[in-house]
Amino acid sequence: MTSAVSFRKTSRHFGSVRAVDAVDLDIVPGEFFAMLGPSGSGKTTCLRLIAGFEQPTAGEIRIFGEKADGVPPYRRNVNTVFQDYALFPHLNVLDNVAYGLMVKGVGKAERRQAAEDALKLVALPGYGARRPGQLSGGQRQRVALARALVNKPKVLLLDEPLGALDLKLREQMQEELKALQRRLGITFVFVTHDQGEALSMADRVAVFNDGKIMQVGTPEEIYEKPQSRFVADFVGSSNVLPPDFVQRYAGQRRWGSLRPERIRIHRAASGDGVRARVLAMHYVGAATRVALDADGQRLHATVPTGAMLPAEGDEVILTFNRDQLHLMDGEG
Amino acid sequence: MTLTATHPAVPAILPPRGGLFGSLSDTLWRNPKLLLFLMLTPPLLWLGVVYLGALFALLLQSFFSIDEYSGLIDCRFTLKTYGELLQAANVDIIVRTVTMAAAVTVASAVVAFPIAYFAARYARGKWKVLFYLGVMLPLWSSYLVKIYAWKLILAKEGILTWLLAKLHLLGLLDAWLSLPVVGGNSLSVSFTGTFIVFVYVWLPFMILPIQAALERVPGNLVEASSDLGASPGQTFRNVLLPLALPGVVAGSIFTFSLTLGDYIIPQIIGTSRLFIGQAVYAHQGTAGNIPLAAAFTVVPIVVMGFYLWMARRMGAFDAL
Repeated sequence: MTSAVSFRKTSRHFGSVRAVDAVDLDIVPGEFFAMLGPSGSGKTTCLRLIAGFEQPTAGEIRIFGEKADGVPPYRRNVNTVFQDYALFPHLNVLDNVAYGLMVKGVGKAERRQAAEDALKLVALPGYGARRPGQLSGGQRQRVALARALVNKPKVLLLDEPLGALDLKLREQMQEELKALQRRLGITFVFVTHDQGEALSMADRVAVFNDGKIMQVGTPEEIYEKPQSRFVADFVGSSNVLPPDFVQRYAGQRRWGSLRPERIRIHRAASGDGVRARVLAMHYVGAATRVALDADGQRLHATVPTGAMLPAEGDEVILTFNRDQLHLMDGEG
Repeated sequence: MTLTATHPAVPAILPPRGGLFGSLSDTLWRNPKLLLFLMLTPPLLWLGVVYLGALFALLLQSFFSIDEYSGLIDCRFTLKTYGELLQAANVDIIVRTVTMAAAVTVASAVVAFPIAYFAARYARGKWKVLFYLGVMLPLWSSYLVKIYAWKLILAKEGILTWLLAKLHLLGLLDAWLSLPVVGGNSLSVSFTGTFIVFVYVWLPFMILPIQAALERVPGNLVEASSDLGASPGQTFRNVLLPLALPGVVAGSIFTFSLTLGDYIIPQIIGTSRLFIGQAVYAHQGTAGNIPLAAAFTVVPIVVMGFYLWMARRMGAFDAL
């Protein structure tokens, strides 16, 4: 099957800065694909390469099998929802949504109808006459979505579209976006630095660092089986354990990753397990994060609210299932 | 010294600074309206009395008339002077000036837009400094010096003719100069010469407002337009131009009104036919016909008022 988007040894260098460096990537048609990484990791540049705002300095990009290098953005059937929405301030909402159809020469009545339908799709019917300046952040986000979707793109690119929204609205939009993507069957490529957002929405996630893809996989694979220290550390907040420590408890000299929620804390001075001392406690609502010191190794564990909590300074024993200590390569 | 404990010797509320300025600061801080009043009164008085007063006096004078035999001003209300303004020779002057102002404005906008676009979009750091320097530098030297310099450049023995001769393009210049209205004996005594110098002298007043307007257009709007399938030409027409229009209009107010009122450039460079500014100068000076001079000055005011009304109706200020 042809990939919706494929990168082959694709690079985008800005002078000596390797924003995207020899990336190989295949996005499956109809999937919700997330690009996750810290700022400056190259995920946004990748998105801009697909949109056509940037051209690769090496390698190639194909969109549904067709070579896209050298093709300007306006000849790609790909649309973008921009981070700050980029709505045209001099046009009303309806004309904003109909813009793509207008420049393609679609007749006035037809494009108005299509724009109305698109506004209905994003739950903003009847907002056509307003100016973008009169809308709230969440509404602008929906208009930007409608403006992109009305063109029936082959791939929809979303550049941190939920970043400017408050938490409650963000969670609501996450569900709506996901449902919309299922309904329309359009390939969504979503850039975010929020690992929770990537895990909850995407079918597959690519984790970026320093212009390279560290790992591609389903949210479960990325979370449960990180292939490198970077992925373990960036996705969720894992305890990344050095080979010396892992050898003592798992018998292999390899790096290990242990999720904080997998650690059980026993209030006992001795017993089987890892001896540790409680350094500090941070209440975070649904759970309490416990910072621990195990013979010089800093660890943290989460204890669900309602369970027994140790006290600061307590000597405790930590246990975990051997198979939940995930072994990985130290590089990266 | 520690930052953790609050020192008992440090008070929570500091004592007044004291002195005249100290208490003045406190008073103005508590009464922001008083501050606004103090800041706005002098300029508003200046504008109201000196500027609007003079304008009103001018309007009033235009409704007086001159006694043709004695040359004295008759201070009775009449429309006689406006009748005089509508004589063929005077209407000629008005049409000539308004046409020149319109041509200069269009040409300035066309020349200024790419320069302003470059400055707003691409110039950074030292290129931006060079841009401002390049645009402002001509304004540092005297207006008269520049015009006389242009007279030499455009003269028959001037550098432009010499350069065109070297390039074997003299035929082109001669063909242009043989055209009616815009032509003449040489560029320095033709309307073309007047036009070139007007565009040169007023160009900075067009570049700067357009640049300021383009500066405020977020770059991602251009990307969004392109993303939605608009070719560069469509993006220019549908996004850049509408958003830069307030700047273009602001710039054109400068170039248009400055050309309408100027009397020095057409006197030094161009034909002997008069422009409004020259007519005003002549009537209020040697001819002593103050009412007609006043009536002539009302023309640019009316033209500008009409122009702004049109610009508003066309939506030039919608993006403000």
